[in-house]
Amino acid sequence: MKLDPGILRKRRLMNRFMIGLFHLAMIVSIGVLAAILIKLVADGVHSLAPSVFTMSTPAPGSKGGLFNAIVGSVLVVFFAILFAVPIGVLAGTYLAEYGRDSRFGHVVRFCNDILLSAPSIITGLFIYGLVVLPVGHFSGWAGALALCFIALPVIIRTTEDMLRLVPDTLREATIALGCPYWKMIVSIGWRAARPGIVTGIILALARISGETAPLLFTSLNNQFTSFSMNAPLSTLPIVIFQFAMSPYRDWQQLAWVGSLLITVTVLALSIFARLFSRRKT
Amino acid sequence: MEETAPAGTMASRNSNAFDQAKVPAAQRPRLVAFGSGFEPVFGLASRAAALLVVLVMAGIFATLCYQSFPAFKTFGLPFIFNSSWNPVTDKFGALPAVTGTLITSIVAVVCGAPLALGVAFYLNELCPFRLRSILTTTIELLAAIPSIIYGMWGLFVLVPIMSKIIQPAVINALGPLPLIGAFFQGPPFGIGMLTAGLILSIMILPFIASVSLQAFATVPVALREAAYGTGASVWEVCYRIILPYTKTGIIGAIMLGLGRALGETMAVTFVIGNAHRIQMSLFAPGTTISATLANEFTEAFGKMYLSSLLALGLILFAITFVVLVITRILLHSANRKIPV
Repeated sequence: MKLDPGILRKRRLMNRFMIGLFHLAMIVSIGVLAAILIKLVADGVHSLAPSVFTMSTPAPGSKGGLFNAIVGSVLVVFFAILFAVPIGVLAGTYLAEYGRDSRFGHVVRFCNDILLSAPSIITGLFIYGLVVLPVGHFSGWAGALALCFIALPVIIRTTEDMLRLVPDTLREATIALGCPYWKMIVSIGWRAARPGIVTGIILALARISGETAPLLFTSLNNQFTSFSMNAPLSTLPIVIFQFAMSPYRDWQQLAWVGSLLITVTVLALSIFARLFSRRKT
Repeated sequence: MEETAPAGTMASRNSNAFDQAKVPAAQRPRLVAFGSGFEPVFGLASRAAALLVVLVMAGIFATLCYQSFPAFKTFGLPFIFNSSWNPVTDKFGALPAVTGTLITSIVAVVCGAPLALGVAFYLNELCPFRLRSILTTTIELLAAIPSIIYGMWGLFVLVPIMSKIIQPAVINALGPLPLIGAFFQGPPFGIGMLTAGLILSIMILPFIASVSLQAFATVPVALREAAYGTGASVWEVCYRIILPYTKTGIIGAIMLGLGRALGETMAVTFVIGNAHRIQMSLFAPGTTISATLANEFTEAFGKMYLSSLLALGLILFAITFVVLVITRILLHSANRKIPV
């Protein structure tokens, strides 16, 4: 059989063209990431003064910082993770240990998968109807609860996945030694899966740190420095939203600084989580 | 005593068990009793935590249905197909927001899916081994950047580029054409459906790429090597071997991206323009369900206004629910364990 040089040339050309496109896709994707980071650094760094961390959000035209927003964000995120970790780890444990193939386990897994990808704004609406409307006012607690329900599916998912990597022989050996089931889970399952579970928690932390939409309906905003979880609380993402959409240049500047802070935090957490899991497993 | 003992390697556990044997017999049953006493507590706690997930899911549906009941009662099912949105006269319809949501998401998938597949093919077939994990992490970081940052970047960087360079060029080139020209007409505002769709395409790219990569990993090595061995080019291996083998997984990945795009809020809110009108042109400002909620919720006065907004939320949840269920079925039928 003779090779047709025309076909060969066409195939080679097609291959070159598509490989070029694959490279282009990669360059575009990384280019966008780079463009975002460059813009953040370029517009955020030169306004990064100590006053950002010490003064509250200003009225347009006067000097100020993001102190109240940072405090609010830390409070809301802290309580959200505080609630989400024990519940998430326990639910993940149920899915991996007790309810592995039970019907209830399948239902829970299904709901968790949906919640994992459901729009975060919907969670905000849910908490608005569940907490804000009955109580009658926006509050930091409502915000923390909304973020908790966004972190929860992430933690449940990673906990289940990580516990499933623990070999069953290890479980059986422990049980055979007369260890109660719960103790086997705590001292063998959790212990072996700990790096993975911690990674999941850090990723959940990274995810909720930048969440904006659910906070619009729950913790709302507060121009003043407040440590009360019972009152409306300003958070970094909401302040960024408000300031970036405003026509005032100094507010927009502060929005860039806030964005830089959030992005650096979130990216650092994500990279740390990946390094952590790679080192330990 | 057993509580405080450092639990650890099998060796230390064995020595614990050995120590226990020396404990006076009277004490041993108590230890066992404690274990069996805590077992139901632990089991119940983990079951309760799992139940909470189901309750949250049910609670979301119940709350949204309850809160949007007044709107559906007043406007009936036509609420979904009505295109008026007038807070002053208390006349509300969901059509502009629903079409906006669908159009931006379709633009996002049409632009984002090929890009994501290109990235996935590059990482799977072309990338040097040393760079692979670094580049994969870099793509994943696109998913870590908060939505609001995309929104700001879109408003301050992408919108000027769109209005000064891209949109005038496209309007000149495609605007006069019959049929498709209608999609590319009007003044180049910079903001609008297309800009929102483009931002969304970048945001869903990492999800589609990473789920596709997981699907690619299931292709048997022998199959790929056989193809390369018979002289197939890289493109032919991608197109004739990997693509058919992982078809279901890829469609699942794209559906997952669609699900993400439908509910994305902040990024869209910045660049969509918030106009409750249905227009042919992709350059026209519009709105989506989530952008409407983000823009108008805090200033919504009146029961009907609020209820209509929550009804929009219910519609959004219903749409994403269907998309995510299809995603889940697809990815499971591919018989692989893929994070959804």
